[in-house]
Amino acid sequence: MNSGPNFNLWVIPILPLIGSAINGIFGKRFPRNLVATVALFFPGAAFAYAVWVVSQFAGLSQAQIPHIERLFSWIEAGGFRVDYGFYLDQLSVTMLLIVTGVGFLIHIYSVGYMAEEGGYYRFFSYLNLFMFFMLMLILAHSYLLMFVGWEGVGLASYLLIGFFFLKQSAAQAGKKAFITNRIGDYGFLLGMFLLIKHFGTLDYDKVFNAISGLPVETGVGMLTATALLMMVGATGKSAQIPLYVWLPDAMEGPTPVSALIHAATMVTAGIYMIARSNILFLHAPIAMRVVAIIGALTAIFAASIGLVQNDIKRVLAYSTVSQLGYMFMACGVAAFSAGIFHLMTHAFFKALLFLAAGSVIHALGGEQDMRHMGGLRKLIPWTFWVMTIATFAIAGFFPLSGFFSKDEILWPANVGHQSGTQHAHAAAHGRSGHGGHVHESPWVMLGPLVVLAIGSAVMGWVGWPEALGGKNHIDKFLAPVFHTSSEPARSAENFSATEPQKSDSPQDEIVLERTLAAVSLATALAGLGLAWLFYVRRPELPDRIASSMKGAYRTLLNKYWVDEAYYSTLVNPVVDGSRRVLWRGVDVGIVDALVNGTGTVSKELSGVTRRMQSGSIRSYAGWVALGAACVVGFMIWMGLHT
Amino acid sequence: MTATPELSYVRILPEIILSICGIVVMFVEPLLPQRGSHKSLGVFSFVGTLAALIASLYQTNYPGWGWFNMIRVDEFSVFFHVLICAISAVVILASFEYLETQEIRGGEYYALILFGTVGMVLMSSAVELVLIFIALEISSIATYVLAGYRRRAATSAESSIKYFLLGSFATAFFLYGVALMFGATGSTSIYTISSALQSGQVTLGASSVPVSYSLAYVAVALMFVGLGFKVASAPFHIWTPDVYEGAPAPVVALMSTGPKAAAFAVMLRILFGAGIDTSKAWFWLVWISAALSMTLGNLGALLQSNVKRMLAYSSIAHAGYLLVAFAAVIAPNARDTGISAAIFYAAAYAAMNVGAFAVVSHFARHGERYVNFEDYAGLGKRSPILAATLSIFLLSLLGLPATGGFFAKFYVFNAAIKSDLIWLTVIGLINSAIASYYYLRLIVVMYMYEPQPGEEKLQLRAAPGLTAALVITAIITIWLGVRPAGVLDYATRGASRLLPSFQQSSNLSR
Repeated sequence: MNSGPNFNLWVIPILPLIGSAINGIFGKRFPRNLVATVALFFPGAAFAYAVWVVSQFAGLSQAQIPHIERLFSWIEAGGFRVDYGFYLDQLSVTMLLIVTGVGFLIHIYSVGYMAEEGGYYRFFSYLNLFMFFMLMLILAHSYLLMFVGWEGVGLASYLLIGFFFLKQSAAQAGKKAFITNRIGDYGFLLGMFLLIKHFGTLDYDKVFNAISGLPVETGVGMLTATALLMMVGATGKSAQIPLYVWLPDAMEGPTPVSALIHAATMVTAGIYMIARSNILFLHAPIAMRVVAIIGALTAIFAASIGLVQNDIKRVLAYSTVSQLGYMFMACGVAAFSAGIFHLMTHAFFKALLFLAAGSVIHALGGEQDMRHMGGLRKLIPWTFWVMTIATFAIAGFFPLSGFFSKDEILWPANVGHQSGTQHAHAAAHGRSGHGGHVHESPWVMLGPLVVLAIGSAVMGWVGWPEALGGKNHIDKFLAPVFHTSSEPARSAENFSATEPQKSDSPQDEIVLERTLAAVSLATALAGLGLAWLFYVRRPELPDRIASSMKGAYRTLLNKYWVDEAYYSTLVNPVVDGSRRVLWRGVDVGIVDALVNGTGTVSKELSGVTRRMQSGSIRSYAGWVALGAACVVGFMIWMGLHT
Repeated sequence: MTATPELSYVRILPEIILSICGIVVMFVEPLLPQRGSHKSLGVFSFVGTLAALIASLYQTNYPGWGWFNMIRVDEFSVFFHVLICAISAVVILASFEYLETQEIRGGEYYALILFGTVGMVLMSSAVELVLIFIALEISSIATYVLAGYRRRAATSAESSIKYFLLGSFATAFFLYGVALMFGATGSTSIYTISSALQSGQVTLGASSVPVSYSLAYVAVALMFVGLGFKVASAPFHIWTPDVYEGAPAPVVALMSTGPKAAAFAVMLRILFGAGIDTSKAWFWLVWISAALSMTLGNLGALLQSNVKRMLAYSSIAHAGYLLVAFAAVIAPNARDTGISAAIFYAAAYAAMNVGAFAVVSHFARHGERYVNFEDYAGLGKRSPILAATLSIFLLSLLGLPATGGFFAKFYVFNAAIKSDLIWLTVIGLINSAIASYYYLRLIVVMYMYEPQPGEEKLQLRAAPGLTAALVITAIITIWLGVRPAGVLDYATRGASRLLPSFQQSSNLSR
């Protein structure tokens, strides 16, 4: 298949799996230091190995990319065949570095953050398990193997959200996340079935080749249906409308989990999947438009809710949903590399924000309400400064990373959402209301924060637009993945004319880009100013606005009553129906009755067979003789009748 | 077709190696000190079985006939050779510790295993009915003696004598069948029988007389009785629980897998090699036997309180599942699927059953006193790794995915569905559901019951030999459940070796 060298890619995911297994099986008896060492060593080794692989990857010629390593055939059923293999191209390389790099940093942070918690080994076993599945998801070379990782990260996420499972709300949140994701997974599965039906394979290279030979669908056809089903899967995992509801609740998990799974990596799986299937989506313009609309709606919607939340982690969660909306939208307008670029920078600054928030919570001994977080600059200076960087980065300040990546997707609704995140930051500026007991976090937590802060600051430079005198490396780097067939890409441009990157004349493009950059900076400044006004300068203002716009405020505070609507229209009927019809009727009435009936009948019959077993050798010989007589008689009878 | 003498020797090379090793063990044993379990002889025997295994693999380079066309080496025979040698090797590994705990002197024990193995491997490569009978007797007599090896235990003597008497009784049927087959077709060579049955003519000197098909049918029936007894399929299963309960656990591990696999190989050779299978009569015979074995086996296992008896009934049930594959072969489009499913099943069942009995042999302790369900209470806490290993085997016997048992059942039922054996499949699936009750019950007892008073602290540790045996069987069990393709491929190739003659004969099917 490929003539390239063998990187033994399977090593990367297997390392954290080993770590997970060791801690999961023996961790209970290990001292904490040993648990931490195991938990850090394996993801660390995976990161190191990934870096080596990437350095080797850089040496590959364009013809050798995508680099595919098939290990062995996994499923063979008739003409359908799935191999166990890995797929490495610019997109998976980018994701690989994000996941192993940010993931490793968050592991380090967790060692400090979870130091006081029970179930230490369990936590790290799950966290390593998550890394394994996430890496499988990224490196898989077929949709089916990706789905294995997809389900696996869902499982790990469920386990970690419900990590404090004695807490009712945590257990509920875990369930909510899992069930909501199942709905999306169902779409993904159906999409895969369609692919199998039409192409007979799930391998990326074969599917993509087959699709690029097809014409772009103008109406709604097979490709559009497949793309839309895939998109349903992505909305589940990446928390988009209508399946976003689980993500804010998922903040019940420990903060490093929120950082790793619910900000930096897992929730981006949907974006990754869409970007991976870009050929499919480019052939289905209607599906693209739906993706763009959903992304845009989610971005505004979530940002507006985030504006008025008080729990620091929930604010960040809504901000994540909104940022994911940006990425979705970028994919929807065929700006895949922009979406992935934003995914990358977002991984850094959102992980940083979460970890910094975790550090604040840690410092305050579990306080999550931002209204009680004033005046922390002096008390926890490191945390304060990294949080500042993160906030500025997410707000899109030049030259921090958010500026570049967001610039690529630019959307006028920036303001709303920025205010939301600044909210978090402003809290740290506000007036102090606490006595002692506030302490800076240990270095094992601050170290990763600092690294992430540096990352947040400079990461964006790889995407420095040419219009502003940069090189935009990331766009060029990812270009081969997203332009594998130029034909559909161009036709897709027609409908995505609003997308600034694809304007026809280069001159226009530069002007447009500079204008956008300026607007971006201006809105960011305006947002920050607004936040400063609201939370530092005139703290009474928000309350006044809230009281003057009571209806709007209450709507936002209650998150548009979406949860309530889902409960009354979907959850309660299902639960009631399950209880009345499925449990009392089908389960107790039919299934249990059948099972118990089978059991009773079997036991009766079993008694009969036991009585046959007299133990007497003569009777046994009799049975054999009887059996022989029957067999011979039967055969003679058959012999006479043929 | 006839081979040079040297090649003839190559074609029984594994048998030669095993025989020599057995004789050496017999001769060395009296020279060793009287006391002790003679582990060194066990190690020697282990090496001998490994050598035989390698010799079987070496045989792949020399497929063909030997010894006046009484022996046929092909992928089919090599598969069963390797399987049986591996079973014996693992059983020998598991026996080291067992013989020490039970204070049994081991010299003859190992020799008997080696001789038994000679018989079993010979069964899979012999294509002449009298030679098959001799091989059957070699393997049977060795296992009769092994069954009674716990001399001090009455149950063991009972087991041995029952096995011996009933076994001789059943073998007599087989021999009678051979005689009748000779009467019907004028030959005892499977392939001559095959051509006689096709042409309908027997050449006797210058004249030729028509084949007596009625006589051939009765002959098949009688041979089926003899082989059905060996594989413990209903209605000839009745001896199984008593014999398995009394015989030493590692011996049960051997005789529930090795002779069974060999007998199934002979069945395949006779029924498909000789082209006897084309008759509807044979199909219904197997159909009924399969349905009966599955049902009686599983129902019998339900209420057992003794783990060895439970596994004995389970082995009857598994013989039934395997016969489903036989029945599936009748349909034209599932011939090779059916045969390869049967071969694969034999291998998967061997791995998980040898493993299960190896664990049982360890938990039984001195005098095999701890073999009841309640003795397994709390083992999940006391010896977590052993309990987990046993759970793997039990789940595989149950047919859970990611274990060999799953794919074994899957291929069998797949073949059955292909042949439109819907009812047999339904019976099989209902039986699988019933089976989950008693397999899972043992797991529940191990993990959810509190240990018996006074045993909470008792830790059971497996000796290196047994550990090796368990690791090997567990890895194979899981391997077959994750990557069955390689073994299945080889099984399919083995199946295709049986088929050419089968294809010809089916053209003339009546």
